[in-house]
Amino acid sequence: MSNNSASNSSLAIAQKAVKQLRLEASVRRIKVSQAAAELKTFCLQNAHKDPLLTGVPSSDNPFRPPKSCVLL
Amino acid sequence: MATQEVQLNETLAHLKTESETLKSKLEEERAKLHDVELHQVAEKVEGLGQFVMKTRRTLKGHGNKVLCMDWCKDKRRIVSSSQDGKVIVWDAFTTNKEHAVTMPCTWVMACAYAPSGCAVACGGLDNKCSVYPLSLDKNENLAAKKKSVAMHTNYLSACSFTNSDMQILTSSGDGTCALWDVESGQLLQSFHGHAADVLCLDLAPSETGNTFGQCIQSFETHESDINSVRYYPSGDAFASGSDDATCRLYDLRADREVAIYSKESIIFGVSSVDFSLSGRLLFGGYNDYTINVWDVLKGTRVSILFGHENRVSTLRVSPDGTAFSTGSWDHTLRV
Repeated sequence: MSNNSASNSSLAIAQKAVKQLRLEASVRRIKVSQAAAELKTFCLQNAHKDPLLTGVPSSDNPFRPPKSCVLL
Repeated sequence: MATQEVQLNETLAHLKTESETLKSKLEEERAKLHDVELHQVAEKVEGLGQFVMKTRRTLKGHGNKVLCMDWCKDKRRIVSSSQDGKVIVWDAFTTNKEHAVTMPCTWVMACAYAPSGCAVACGGLDNKCSVYPLSLDKNENLAAKKKSVAMHTNYLSACSFTNSDMQILTSSGDGTCALWDVESGQLLQSFHGHAADVLCLDLAPSETGNTFGQCIQSFETHESDINSVRYYPSGDAFASGSDDATCRLYDLRADREVAIYSKESIIFGVSSVDFSLSGRLLFGGYNDYTINVWDVLKGTRVSILFGHENRVSTLRVSPDGTAFSTGSWDHTLRV
């Protein structure tokens, strides 16, 4: 009966949802303090390599305003 | 028959209660580990000085809103796509247009540069992702060499090459993401789990495996559409930008949101986000025509950039981190 098959599919959906939640609940987690500390370390370690952070001297900046060429 | 139905209803109710308990257990577990805020950990970190970021280049040429852009690995080329159906490859240093392709549809919402720099992929309302090899011969008709790779049942919202030119990841309004082989156009893997349109995707920086597929974590704290997601450079976290005017940082190992970047004065949605090379800066393109730059660790706004005359629709930091480019509904791109 159509009623049956509709409830069957909602049953399947509910079963899938429970399975998914079980999976997510079993994920290994670390403390925020540890995760935050690692994010901070990564940032600081790479900060000197970050041109947007440290600024790029005009001579190296590929996007510096184009200098006009003087044809002699 | 009646008893079967009753049984079914009972099992359904039982499953429902189980899922409710699991959900609250999840919340509990996550809350237990929430012992400190990110900005508290970052208190001792030196603050960032004043930033002066100026528009160095303005790329004009699109006839309508710029919807998406991507950098080439050579750090100077950019591909952009627009509502006018055109996909243009620019040289950002000289502002020259190197290639232009006209798509058969308007609203090209996604475009990506291949890692080799030899091809671009794009798609939108045509529900497909097509790959165009770029040739140096200006006279060659690029559209003739087009290869249709992905087929979805709704619009294509984002696409990205994996580490090679041979595979493409796509996300669509039909709620799924899919991995395709470029050569054969075959569907390699499909990812379900979203309840509505998938608007954006990003690959972890170290993604080399080919067997991903299971949804392992899900995060629900935004109050509205999430328009953009971007992995943190270390791969352990990601940021998202949403119509609720906030950007949030989620840590994958702590399995929760660790920071919110918002201000009462910001009421317009975020259309796209990207990190600077070190992950210290988070750039957000907003619908109020501005770009806000956030200090990721401290949670404060570092700078606000003006320049576009309409909403910023897409934003990407260049591969070497020396610049970032934004595309906007004002038909231009700025570097």
